[in-house]
Amino acid sequence: MKKIEAIIREERLNAVKKALEEKSYFGMTVSEVSGRGKQKGIPLQWRVGEYRVDLLPKIKIELVVLDEDVDLAIEAIIRNARTGETGDGKIFVLPVEHVVRVRTGDRNENAI
Amino acid sequence: MVNTGDTAWLLMSSALVMLMTPGLALFYGGMVRRKNLLSTMMMSFACLGLVALLWVLYGYSLSFGTDHSGIIGGFNFLGLTGVGQEPSSVYATTVPHLAFMIFQAMFAIITVALFTGSIVERVKFSALLVFSALWLTLVYVPVAHWVWGSGGWLAKLGVLDFAGGAVVHINAGVSALALVLLLGKRRGFPQDSMEPNNIPLVVLGAGLLWFGWFGFNAGSALTSGGLASSAFVATNTAAAAAAFTWMVVSWIHRRPTILGTVTGAVVGLVAITPAAGFVPPLAGIPIGAVAAVISYYGMVFLKLKLGFDDSLDVFACHGLGGIWGALATGIFATLATNSAGADGLMAGGGMQVLKQLLGVIVVGAFAFCLTWTLGKLVDKTIGLRVGQSEETVGLDLSQHGERAYGGLLR
Repeated sequence: MKKIEAIIREERLNAVKKALEEKSYFGMTVSEVSGRGKQKGIPLQWRVGEYRVDLLPKIKIELVVLDEDVDLAIEAIIRNARTGETGDGKIFVLPVEHVVRVRTGDRNENAI
Repeated sequence: MVNTGDTAWLLMSSALVMLMTPGLALFYGGMVRRKNLLSTMMMSFACLGLVALLWVLYGYSLSFGTDHSGIIGGFNFLGLTGVGQEPSSVYATTVPHLAFMIFQAMFAIITVALFTGSIVERVKFSALLVFSALWLTLVYVPVAHWVWGSGGWLAKLGVLDFAGGAVVHINAGVSALALVLLLGKRRGFPQDSMEPNNIPLVVLGAGLLWFGWFGFNAGSALTSGGLASSAFVATNTAAAAAAFTWMVVSWIHRRPTILGTVTGAVVGLVAITPAAGFVPPLAGIPIGAVAAVISYYGMVFLKLKLGFDDSLDVFACHGLGGIWGALATGIFATLATNSAGADGLMAGGGMQVLKQLLGVIVVGAFAFCLTWTLGKLVDKTIGLRVGQSEETVGLDLSQHGERAYGGLLR
């Protein structure tokens, strides 16, 4: 089992969610996060002049999938999150030790 | 004789000006960082508590009581003695004296609230309260007497100030400048971004200020007839011209921001304040438009070039806007608008501009010196500035034990 953490643009969330759903990856946790990468930040305006905001709002999607599904899920995310501009985000894949469903106590593959 | 129409308008105007102070709290509050939102609002709102009390106890008397050598009013209205339901024989003679007194109270309140914008996010609340009481007594009260009091020396010289360009705006704006010199800049200024926490609050606040300003300026006619209507239209026209001008200037530099546009409106309202009832309504266009340009580039110079942390630009908005407005009164005033006024430069009366300049210099210099002295005094005894950790954690928590937004996680 692997956990996929995808940091994407806010406006790409719905497309990514839909694509994952079509491939039957329904469960996920989504949060609003702030971060920076190569995009560095954007200038905003005060009454006069500008100031730089270098932590930009992004969306983080977390989902856990079977090892053999990782590439499929990543492909679905990339296809829908990519615009080609800096700031498209990043995907991290991490090993998962256990998964437990709180309601039933089911474990691992049965709990995903 | 009490005139019911005039009385209704002046009481309504008093209520309008009262609403400007909570409006200012929103206007200022939205512009600071989230951790200082409540403290910034409190600096304005606390004036509604503090200044209103001092005003009825002695402030009104020393401003508008029997004149002593043109310098200060007497003690004859102390605790509102002799200020009753009958009109004053000198001020606003068609409304109850109490109505005139409470109208003036609202001006004193907002003037004190105005200068706090320059020192938000770092001033100690207890020190600010003490300073505010001293400032009201030793700066606002004398200046109000000089300009508006019967027998006041600037009034006798013919300095015109319809609704408070000098008494309110130059006074507060220049004092704000002196306070910034005393307190220094905020920790992290200018290298850290100090992002406004809520621009919609600023817009709402500006809307309430514009609304209340009709009471401020048209109410200053002290009657409900033609002069009030003329001042009303001049006020709205100047605000419109300045808002539009600021929007365009901001657009030329990059984008038309709403923060800039509402700032422009306020600057236009500041500039028309001394002129509102002395100039023809259409003079509001040049007065407002020029005010926006002066204030915009004043901010660029002070904040961006000099790195001067007048945090919410009180001097650039109220000081520069007020100075321009005072001079513009001398340029655009006509006796046809108000027979109690004067003919300004455009109507062939060059002297009035010089009188206005004198008013600017006297009020500006007095406000600066007294604010510096009183501020120094409070700094040596109580300390004007909060400690480093209190500033870092934010004044909402460190000064007031509250936070603006609750929530499960924050």
